[in-house]
Amino acid sequence: MNLSMKWLADYVDVGNITPHEFSEAMTMSGSKVEGWEREGAEIKNVVVGRVDEIVRHPDSDHMFVTQVDVGAGAPVQIVTGAQNVRQGDYVPTALHDSWLPGGVHIKKGKLRGVESCGMLCSLSELGLTTHDFPYAVEDGIFILEEPDIKPGQDIQSAIGLDDVCVEFEITSNRPDCLSVTGLAREAAVTFGKPLDLKAPAVKATVDDIKNHLSIEVLAPALCPRYTARMVKNIKIAPSPRWMRERLRASGVRPINNIVDITNYVMLEYGQPMHAFDYKYVEGGKIVVRNAKPGETIMTLDGVDRVLSPEMLVIADAKKPSAVAGVMGGEYSGIMDDTNMIVFESACFNGPSVRTTAKKLGMRTEASGRFEKQLDPATTIPAVERACELVELLGAGEVVGGMIDVDNSDHAERRIKLEPDWINSFLGIKVPVEEMHRILTRLECRIDGEFVIPPTFRADLAHKADLAEEVARFYGYDKIPVTAIRGTANGRYTPIQKFEQLLGRTLLAQGLYEVATYSFISPKYYDKIGLPADSDYRKCVVIQNPLGEDTSVMRTTTVPSMLEVLSRNYNNRNKAAALYEIGNVYLPVEGRELPDERACVTIGAYGEGHDFFTLKGVVETLLSAAGVEGAEYAAVSDDPTYHPGRCAVITVNGQKLGMIGEVHPAICQNYQIGARAYVACLDEAVLFENVAPERGYKPLPRFPAATRDLALICDDELPVAALEKAIREAVGKVLEEVSLFDVYRGEQVAEGKKSVAYSLTMRADDRTLTDEEADAAIKRVLKSLANLGVEIRS
Amino acid sequence: MLNALQQIRQQAADALAQAGDLKALDDLRVKYLGKKGELTVILKQMGKLSAEERPKVGQLANEVRSGIEALVEERTAAVKAALLDQKLALEKLDVTMPGRAAPLGKLHPLTKVLEEVKEIFLGMGFSVAEGPEVETDYYNFEALNIPKDHPARDTQDTFYISDNVLLRTQTSPVQVRTMEKQKPPIRVIAPGRVYRSDAVDATHSPLFHQIEGLVVDRGVTMADLKGTLEMFAKRLYGEEAVVRFRPHHFPFTEPSAEMDFQCFACHGEGCRLCKGEGWIEILGCGMVHPKVLSICNIDPEEYSGFAFGMGLERIVMRRYGIDDLRLFYENDLRFLNQF
Repeated sequence: MNLSMKWLADYVDVGNITPHEFSEAMTMSGSKVEGWEREGAEIKNVVVGRVDEIVRHPDSDHMFVTQVDVGAGAPVQIVTGAQNVRQGDYVPTALHDSWLPGGVHIKKGKLRGVESCGMLCSLSELGLTTHDFPYAVEDGIFILEEPDIKPGQDIQSAIGLDDVCVEFEITSNRPDCLSVTGLAREAAVTFGKPLDLKAPAVKATVDDIKNHLSIEVLAPALCPRYTARMVKNIKIAPSPRWMRERLRASGVRPINNIVDITNYVMLEYGQPMHAFDYKYVEGGKIVVRNAKPGETIMTLDGVDRVLSPEMLVIADAKKPSAVAGVMGGEYSGIMDDTNMIVFESACFNGPSVRTTAKKLGMRTEASGRFEKQLDPATTIPAVERACELVELLGAGEVVGGMIDVDNSDHAERRIKLEPDWINSFLGIKVPVEEMHRILTRLECRIDGEFVIPPTFRADLAHKADLAEEVARFYGYDKIPVTAIRGTANGRYTPIQKFEQLLGRTLLAQGLYEVATYSFISPKYYDKIGLPADSDYRKCVVIQNPLGEDTSVMRTTTVPSMLEVLSRNYNNRNKAAALYEIGNVYLPVEGRELPDERACVTIGAYGEGHDFFTLKGVVETLLSAAGVEGAEYAAVSDDPTYHPGRCAVITVNGQKLGMIGEVHPAICQNYQIGARAYVACLDEAVLFENVAPERGYKPLPRFPAATRDLALICDDELPVAALEKAIREAVGKVLEEVSLFDVYRGEQVAEGKKSVAYSLTMRADDRTLTDEEADAAIKRVLKSLANLGVEIRS
Repeated sequence: MLNALQQIRQQAADALAQAGDLKALDDLRVKYLGKKGELTVILKQMGKLSAEERPKVGQLANEVRSGIEALVEERTAAVKAALLDQKLALEKLDVTMPGRAAPLGKLHPLTKVLEEVKEIFLGMGFSVAEGPEVETDYYNFEALNIPKDHPARDTQDTFYISDNVLLRTQTSPVQVRTMEKQKPPIRVIAPGRVYRSDAVDATHSPLFHQIEGLVVDRGVTMADLKGTLEMFAKRLYGEEAVVRFRPHHFPFTEPSAEMDFQCFACHGEGCRLCKGEGWIEILGCGMVHPKVLSICNIDPEEYSGFAFGMGLERIVMRRYGIDDLRLFYENDLRFLNQF
C-alpha cells in the first residue's frame, strides 16, 4: 500500500515531522513501512522558465535558440530542437548542472556553435506521461498550463511533483489499512492527533434510481451487501490535477474522471468500486447470483472465461457482466460514449472471491482486497464519496436514491476486557483507564466490562486481540525484558547426539558436509540405473512442483550425492570426499505420511580415493558409533554400482546400507570423468545396533603369542571367509587377527592368491604356552583346509 | 713412588685433554686404569713399601685413580655432547616448509551456524524437537489457526502431495505436535527443512531451513518472550547487539511481533546494507494464540506461551556476507572450504 502524505493530510495532521520519523513511529505501532520516496527527488535544478524570445538557429533548419526567463535577472540562452515552443510559453527548464530522472546530468554546451545553457524538458524527460498531464503532448516540450506559476519556481512544486510516498507492508488481518482513511486512523492514534473523517455528502440529485434499476441478490451468503447509486449525463474528461497526482503517488495510472473516481474511492476507503455502463445493463436489472454451469464471460482483459457454479457473478437480466469482486466483463467498463452509470459498492464473501480469482488465474487489485473480507458497513460511505466526487469534478448528475441490499450480519461483537489477564499476559502494569483510552481511540466502544470493536476491525475477536491493541499503543518497546522463570533441562536426545557423533567422525576423516534438495526428478532414477520395477521408484509425488527436477521426494540419496560429485568434478575440483545426513521419504502403504528416514551418504572421487578408502571411512564410522559385527557381502547386480566393486552392508542380520564404486555408465550419465565411490547407511539401523556400553577390562598381565600365517587359496574366496574361519578355530584366546598381505602373480599358481595373516593370541589368566599356540594354529589350518586353503610353503 | 703417581696423574690429564673421540678416551681409560694399566702396575708394587709410606701412597693412588676416572667421565660426556651437536646440526629443517596435515572435513555453513543456535538455546534450557517434513494440512495450517481459505495461505505457496498432505511451509507444525505429546512446561526449538514454491534465484529457494521455538508454562509473558529472544540475539551477535520488537501478524500468535536487529554498519541510521531502514528483520514471534493452546488441549486460562521462528539461511548469509542462496545447495568445495 502506497500512501500519499498529501492525501493523508486531508484526514490527520501528523505535525512537522520528517518522513523518516513518520515511518519509524508507524512501524512501531504496527503499520510496517517498507520505505518512502520523495516524488521528483531525482530532479534537481529544474525550474519553471518563460520563453521570452525564440529565433531560428543560424546554422540549423530544425533548431531554435530561445531566451528563457528563469527568474534570475538575465535570461538564459537555450537551444532546443522541439517544434512546439512559442514565445510566452512556460516550460520546464533544466538549468546548467541539473539532474533529471535516470541520472541524466544536464550541463551547458554548444549546439552547432551556439551556446546552450540548459535544456527545455518534455514530459518523459521528467519521468511523466500524458496520463499525468493529459493536456501535454508526448513528443515535444511540456508546455505548462498550471495556474500561478512563476519563472524560477522549482518544477516539483509547480507541477505537484513534491509529494512524499510511503510504502506500507499491510498484514493480511488488516484490510482496513489498505486505505488512506485506515492508515489515517492508525496515524491519528500513533501520533495522538485528532482524526478528521469527513462524512461524504451528495448535494443535489435528479431523478430516482428506482426508475431505472432493480437489484436482486440471489446468493446472500456470498454477497452480504450490495449497494448501488447511479449517475447520468456523464461527461467523460480527464480528472483534475490533484486527483491525478494522488493516484500517481499511490501507484495508479489516471485514466478518466469516472474510472479515476472508482480508483480514488478504493484507495481512500479500501472499498473496491465498479462503474457499469447502464446502457449494457439489460433489462435495467442487476442480479447477483452463482454462475450457471458452462456459462462464459469475456472479461475486460479480452479473455473468454468459463465459469463454474460456485463462482459469483454480477449479471443483468440475461448475461453475466462481471465476475463478482474479481473483474468486470467486456462491456461493463466506461467508454467515451458512456452516458449513464451504475456505481457498484459491494461486499463479497472473502474466501469465495479468493477461490474464484485463483481458479480463474486472475488476481486483481479488487480481488486482493475482497478476499481479506471487507467491512459491509463501508459500502454506503464509499458510494456516497464516489457521488460526492462526481459532483466535485462535474462529471455528471447524481441520480437520487440508492439501492442497498443488505444481508450482512449486524450483530455486535462483544469481547470481555480482562485487564488483569492482559497485564499478566504481556508482563506489564497498565491501568484499566489507559486500556480504555487506547481502545476508545481505536474507535472501540466500552460497555461496562465489554469492548465492542468497530465494524472495520473484524480482526478483533478475542481477548488476546485486545491485548495486542493495548501492547501496540502502550509500546512494544516499553514492555520489560525478563527471563523465563523456572528451570528446564535442555539437552539433546540420544539420537540427536548420535547424529552429531556421526558427523564429527566423518569430518575427522576429512569429509566435507553437503546439503542437497530433498526433492528430485523421477528421471534421476533412470540416471542411476534403477530397474523399472524398483521399489525406490514408488515415491511421494508433489502435485504442483516448480518443475520436473524437483517433483518427487527422494527415496534414495544417491542421485543427490552424484549430482554434487558431478558439479565438483565439472568445476574442476581435483578430488572430493563428501557426506550428507539427510532424509529419504518412503511411502508406507495405508499411511497418510511417508516414513522419513535419515541416511548417511558418503561420496568421493579423485586422487587418494578408492573402494577401500571409502570402506575405511565406513569402518571407522561404525567403530566410532559403536556398531560391531558389520558384514560386507559382494553384490554384482546393482546397476548403480560396479559389478565387482559393490557390497551390501548388514549388521545383526539387518540391512545397513550399500557401498561401492559407481558404475562407469552411471558416472557417464553424471559426466563424472573419474572413478566415483558412494556409500549410504541408514541412520536408524546404525543407531539400533549400537553395542551397549561395556565395563572396563583390565590391561593384559600375561604376554601374547603371535603367529604369522601365509596361505594359498582360490582367488575367488573372499578373505572375510578366511578370517571367519580363523576366528572360530582359535576361539577365545584370539586377541587380534590382521590381514597384512595379499599377493597374486608369478609366485602363485593361476587362479590362486597368497594371503598372509598375523594372529595375536593371549589368555587372561596365564602365559599362553607355545604348545597351546601351535595347537590353535593347527586347528586353524584344519578348518581352512575345508575351504581349500593350504599353507604356503 | 709418590712422584711416579703424580707423573701418571699429569700424563693422564694431558692425554685425556687431547683425546678427541670416544675410542681414544676408552683406550686411555684402559691404559691408565685397566688391569694392566699404569696405575695398577704401580699399585702392585705397594707391598714393597714401608708401613709408614703405604697409607700415604695408598691415599694418593686412590686420589689419582678417582681423579682420572672423573676426567674420563667428564671428557666422554663432553665428546658425546659435541657429537650430538654435530648430528643435530646436520638434521636442521626448514621449519617454514608446509606441514603434512591429516585431512579434516568441514561442516556445511548451515549446519555450523545451526549448531551455534542450538547451543545457545540449549544453554537456556531448550530441548530440540523434530517433526515430519511431509505433513498434514491439519498440523501445517488448521491447528495453527489458519483455516482453509485463510488469506495467510496465499503468502506461503504450498507444495501439495494430496488435498490433505503437503510439504510443510514452516516449522510451526512441530509446535502443535510437541504440545500434543508433552504437557507444560515446554521449552523446545525445532530446526528443520521447509518448502515453498518459490522459483530459485539469489534470494529464494523452494527449500530452506527454519528454526522454530516454543515455550509454554504457567505465567509466561510477552516480557519473557522479549527477554529470551534478546538474550539469543546478544549471544549470537555479541553483547553490543541492539534489537527491537515491532507489531506484526501471524495467525497462530497474538500479540505477534517481528524482531529486528540494528544494522551494525550504520547503527540505525539507514545505509545500503539495511536498505535504508537501519534495522534488519531477524525473526517473527508472538504469544501463542489461546485458540492454538486450546486446539492442543492446553488450557489457555492456566497456561500461556510464546513462539518464534527464524530463517536459517538469512542468518548465515548475513554472517558471512553470502549474497546468493544457491551456493548453499550447489555444494562446490571451493565454497564449502571457506567455513
